[in-house]
Amino acid sequence: MENGKTTTLDIVDVKDVAKTYRQGNLDVHALAGVSLSIARGEFAALAGPSGSGKTTLLNLIGGLDTPTRGQIILDSREITGLSQSKLATLRLNKIGFVFQAYNIIPVLSARENVEYVMLMQGVSARERSDRARAILDDVGLEGMHDRRPAELSGGQQQRVAVARAIVSRPSIVLADEPTANLDSKTGQGLLEMMSQMNQARGVTFIFSTHDQMVMDYARRIIHLKDGRVVDDAVK
Amino acid sequence: MHLHISWRNVWRNPKRTGIILTAIIIGAWTMLVFGGLSRGMMASTLSNALNTLTGHIQVQSPAYRDDPVIENQIDNPAELGKLLDTTLPGDARWAFRIQVGGVASNARNAEGITIVGIDPDREPGLSFYGDSLAQGRHLTPDDGHGIVVGQALVESFETRLGRKLVLMTQDADRETASRAFKIRGIFRADMEATEKQYVFITLDAARKLLGVETAVTGACIKLSRGSSRNPVDLADLDRTVRALSEKLSPGLAVLSWEQLLPLLKGYLAMFDSFMLLWYLVVFLAMAFGLVNTMLMAVLERTREFGLLKALGMKPVWIIRNVLAECVILLAIGLAAGNLLGIGTVLAFGSGIDMSFMAQGSEFFGMGHLVVPFLTARDILAVNAVIMLLGLLVCLYPAVKAGRITPVEAMART
Repeated sequence: MENGKTTTLDIVDVKDVAKTYRQGNLDVHALAGVSLSIARGEFAALAGPSGSGKTTLLNLIGGLDTPTRGQIILDSREITGLSQSKLATLRLNKIGFVFQAYNIIPVLSARENVEYVMLMQGVSARERSDRARAILDDVGLEGMHDRRPAELSGGQQQRVAVARAIVSRPSIVLADEPTANLDSKTGQGLLEMMSQMNQARGVTFIFSTHDQMVMDYARRIIHLKDGRVVDDAVK
Repeated sequence: MHLHISWRNVWRNPKRTGIILTAIIIGAWTMLVFGGLSRGMMASTLSNALNTLTGHIQVQSPAYRDDPVIENQIDNPAELGKLLDTTLPGDARWAFRIQVGGVASNARNAEGITIVGIDPDREPGLSFYGDSLAQGRHLTPDDGHGIVVGQALVESFETRLGRKLVLMTQDADRETASRAFKIRGIFRADMEATEKQYVFITLDAARKLLGVETAVTGACIKLSRGSSRNPVDLADLDRTVRALSEKLSPGLAVLSWEQLLPLLKGYLAMFDSFMLLWYLVVFLAMAFGLVNTMLMAVLERTREFGLLKALGMKPVWIIRNVLAECVILLAIGLAAGNLLGIGTVLAFGSGIDMSFMAQGSEFFGMGHLVVPFLTARDILAVNAVIMLLGLLVCLYPAVKAGRITPVEAMART
């Protein structure tokens, strides 16, 4: 991104995106004309208070929701207007998600959770297993591959979620308040690990957060307020 | 791996899974036991009807069925006999009979009966005559004045073994003919009406009574049932009827039991429909539990389905996974239900004594002892109804799961 103009290095390009929800008889304007670009390899945070529209924007970039107005281009492909099925394929192959909570499937072990996305992608069993084991070791879960979520701490569960998000080699990882349910030490460890992944593997990360620690780690902070970008600062 | 995950999902809530499995098991068990009992009752009714002189096939003069008198006779039975010997399957039995209406009388009573002239050597095994003797002895071929009658008739005529009974009928010249016979044997049948209806004399004695030389009124044929316990299950029946029809002279009619007893055929077909109806009623009760349980299982995993969709799972895959859980539940339930149901039917293999409702069972032409049994088709029908309709009703929660959107799901706390 250079001075708000799109370049070929941009992985995400959001153009004048608005999102209005109907709540009872009221129209709630979650986003009111947001434009921004995210370059490949960025470690960026969408910051702002509750209700500022950061999660809505993250959902729109991830193809989990559709904008009321505007255009979103992900990895050189316009995603607004795609069918649910095409959006699902796009999410499967291009996007990794880390949510605030309820990130992993309770009946699967850590390794199976990581393998599951690759299973949907049609990766062979052998390759799935090898890649899942390697990535779990990378996120610091050696010896815990076969543990079920109930046997893992909150921080370890988030590490499994990060491992699952990056194992399928996505273009971008979207993390919605990933440290919100973690204590500060665990949260810091998780951010450290994601920062390393970003630098070592070049994976693009976009966070939505109001956690100062996440903002400290982010190398670009986009502030949102009342559904608009009010500040966009690169450190 | 998908099946593996579905298996684990099924056992997430063992109590709930246990409840729905119990419902499926009880449903399958009930269907099979009721089906087995119904099949046994049908078999008993049909066996009774076939044993009561109908047999599987009869060859007779075309006019005899509407007017069963000696004038509608088969003139040259020897030729027919040769044809039957060469055409029928090796394990089939057959015999000639003269069967006409008449009146039996003694000093105490007089009642309308059916006189049955039989070949004493060939008749046993063909009708109830052979294995129903309660007192006295069977007829011998040279017994020109012997008669075997039913217990109910003996009681009604206040007579006993060795006493005389006069038979009166219309002979071949349309004259009234009568002859006295001595009671040699008394038979017991499943139905009192049968005991009152039929009296047996030898074929020669019947010919003398009716004033004919060699004539008979028909030939009765019984085919082997092989290993099947279902009397309806006769692969040879249609083939034999066709073969006989082709070879017989046009002056003779070949009638299967289905043509001879159309009412019974209709009744049995109706019974089959009732069985299917019963399966559907039981399934309906079971379906409510199944849908409810699957709906609960889906709704409590809303966030999980939302997560899976966010990760890129297509709605159709989610539907497939929920249906796979249904298949697992149904398969386990059916396996246990089949074991229990078939086991129960086998446990009653020696028969259920229905004499406590003798009058009711007689009304339906059923014997006192009903042996429940199941055909492969019955078992298949029960399993198909539960599995296919089960999957059909599971489609509702499955589609509901497929429609969950990630944003809605994640918004749930």
